[in-house]
Amino acid sequence: MRLTGAKAIIKALEMENVEVMFGYPGAAICPFYDALLDSGIRHILTRNEQGAVHAASGYARVTGKTGVCVATSGPGATNLITGIATAYMDSIPVVAITGQVSSELIGKDVFQEADITGATAPFCKHNYLVKNVKDLPRIIKEAFHIASTGRPGPVVIDIPVDVQNRELDFIYPDKVDIKGYKPTYKGHAQQIKRVAEALENAKAPVICAGGGVVNANASGELLELVNKSGIPVVTTMMGIGSLPSKHKLNLGMLGSHGLYAANYAVHNADLLIIMGARVGDRAIAATNKITEKAKIIHIDIDPAEIGKNIEVTVPVVGDVKLILKDLIDIIKPLTIDNWLDTINKVKSEHPLKNRDYTDSNTVNPKYLLTVLSELTGEDSIITTEVGQNQIWSANYYNVRKARKFITSGGMGTMGYGLPAAMGAKIGVGKEKVIVIGGDGSFQMSMQEMGTIKQNKLGVKIIIFNNSRLGMVREIQKVRYCGRYSQVLLDENPDFVKLAEAYSFRGERISTNADVKDALARMLSDDEPYLLECIVDPEEPTL
Amino acid sequence: MAKHTLSVLVENHPGVLSRVAGLFSRRGFNIDSLAVGVTENPEVSRMTIVVDGDDYIVEQVSKQLNKLIDVIKIKQLDKNDSVSRELALIKVNATAATRGEIIQIVEIFRAKIVDVSKNTLTIEISGGTDKVAALEDMLKQFGIKEIVRTGTIAIERGNKYIKVTNNDEE
Repeated sequence: MRLTGAKAIIKALEMENVEVMFGYPGAAICPFYDALLDSGIRHILTRNEQGAVHAASGYARVTGKTGVCVATSGPGATNLITGIATAYMDSIPVVAITGQVSSELIGKDVFQEADITGATAPFCKHNYLVKNVKDLPRIIKEAFHIASTGRPGPVVIDIPVDVQNRELDFIYPDKVDIKGYKPTYKGHAQQIKRVAEALENAKAPVICAGGGVVNANASGELLELVNKSGIPVVTTMMGIGSLPSKHKLNLGMLGSHGLYAANYAVHNADLLIIMGARVGDRAIAATNKITEKAKIIHIDIDPAEIGKNIEVTVPVVGDVKLILKDLIDIIKPLTIDNWLDTINKVKSEHPLKNRDYTDSNTVNPKYLLTVLSELTGEDSIITTEVGQNQIWSANYYNVRKARKFITSGGMGTMGYGLPAAMGAKIGVGKEKVIVIGGDGSFQMSMQEMGTIKQNKLGVKIIIFNNSRLGMVREIQKVRYCGRYSQVLLDENPDFVKLAEAYSFRGERISTNADVKDALARMLSDDEPYLLECIVDPEEPTL
Repeated sequence: MAKHTLSVLVENHPGVLSRVAGLFSRRGFNIDSLAVGVTENPEVSRMTIVVDGDDYIVEQVSKQLNKLIDVIKIKQLDKNDSVSRELALIKVNATAATRGEIIQIVEIFRAKIVDVSKNTLTIEISGGTDKVAALEDMLKQFGIKEIVRTGTIAIERGNKYIKVTNNDEE
């Protein structure tokens, strides 16, 4: 089949079963957008390229498929960068296609030229600059393979405009053969045996489940392992949903913004089983304090994570789902009642701090999230922005399943939640998708309300408005003696009126008494909705 | 810190060198030297990287390099079981009075004189890093005008070799 490069890209995307992509056109990607007109693939025009890549990421996270975003050369491509780095830090499969200036002009600093393969190399899984149109089918095949297998991540394909216009004989490869890329899936049997032995000898074991458990679709296996063995679990931010939040052995999120019991368990365990987590500094800061007391088992598909941040006693490289299956077969129920009693005691002594909810001048975000948990279903999706809103959501919203809590964990990207919610909404159809944001981070992506309106996406937006950059303000309060620097957002726009400008329904509430009814109104249909909640600036993160 | 020699087989693509070099800088690893050239297979290049660091660093370097899609294989070479060489060109001041002495030193080191002018000699030496450093030291007294070095390349002794597909040993 004789095709232009542009048509070949579309054809290849069809072969990869791409249903939707998110993007923004420009001169250097015009041949692609022209070919798109003759394709059945849905395309969502965002209001900024950053919205496109975050939406692709949100779509990927709820569906488990690879998200696709498209941008033009130069500023279009560089606007993707934050989203690519965000997807990289959280191991999210995304393929980003960028237009590039004509091959013969590369390096001449022509209009809208930027070296995007050079720029993204440090934080994408792989990237390509396509120089020969004949390579396009192979490269696209490889890109989807690399993005979605092993430890997932973003892959960038930069395609000069002349390559899009040249012709090739299109044959789509049915398999890939990349000499330097052969991920390990099956865990080493001997190592898994050592894990089981370590567990049998442990008096105080705890599992730390990370985003890798979600990525591997291993939450069913985790649940089975936990139910069979009785081992308590803490999760990282990215691991939220890998075990239901309310499971009796789920101690919640660990780390600097996590729960007391979760951190207690990790710091007093004699065996810590890290699975699909990279021991990031926000989760475990002082690893030596833990290794003094505990043996460490680290299960991860990425061998480079093992031993990077914490010294490991038993490493197991492979797919956490397959490894857990093997482990479930050989593991015995543990007698760790003393340990569980201790943990439960600590848990009851240090509950989540629920402040007085009768306050009539503001909405307590923790209370709202508790109520919201009662009104949503197990398949409802929560996305968050970054800041206090993220931590409140992580600790107070009841996440019942994997792939239902979507947040920028590693990068902490403000402006992620709203576009991620758009992608998520497209991914899940009728299910409720609710973005929890603050007034600060919401304003980093609020132009995407235009995308929501144009595409009739029933995204529900909750803004905790304290007219502050609450998280930074709290740091300045605690660590900088209350010297507040550039954290006031007074003179915010009227968010409800802003919603009206986009033909959204919207509502502002400022008391806890209004929360339940307002949330019920918000959730009553599948239309976009903005709920602004006036929050006390002094409400602490924890 | 100890020096470790890594042999790295990579795809012979443009941009691979920058990926490898970029990885070293962003992860805070120190490269002592890096030499690269195509192998007997024109699709594959071989880099010899000398890394300064402890065992943790070298393990991290290897693992992170392995994550690069264009990196095919990595092997750390055992100093006692491999041969390593570098080539240096040294331009040194030489007058009628000193030329004879320099030539004697060059002969002792089994180096070669590759260029001569009224007031300089250019010397080619190949050998281990220590040998090159020793010659440099001997030539300092005459005034070294310029040195250029290739960086270390290394190969395993005997029947061992590093190939893309098959095992390390045969």
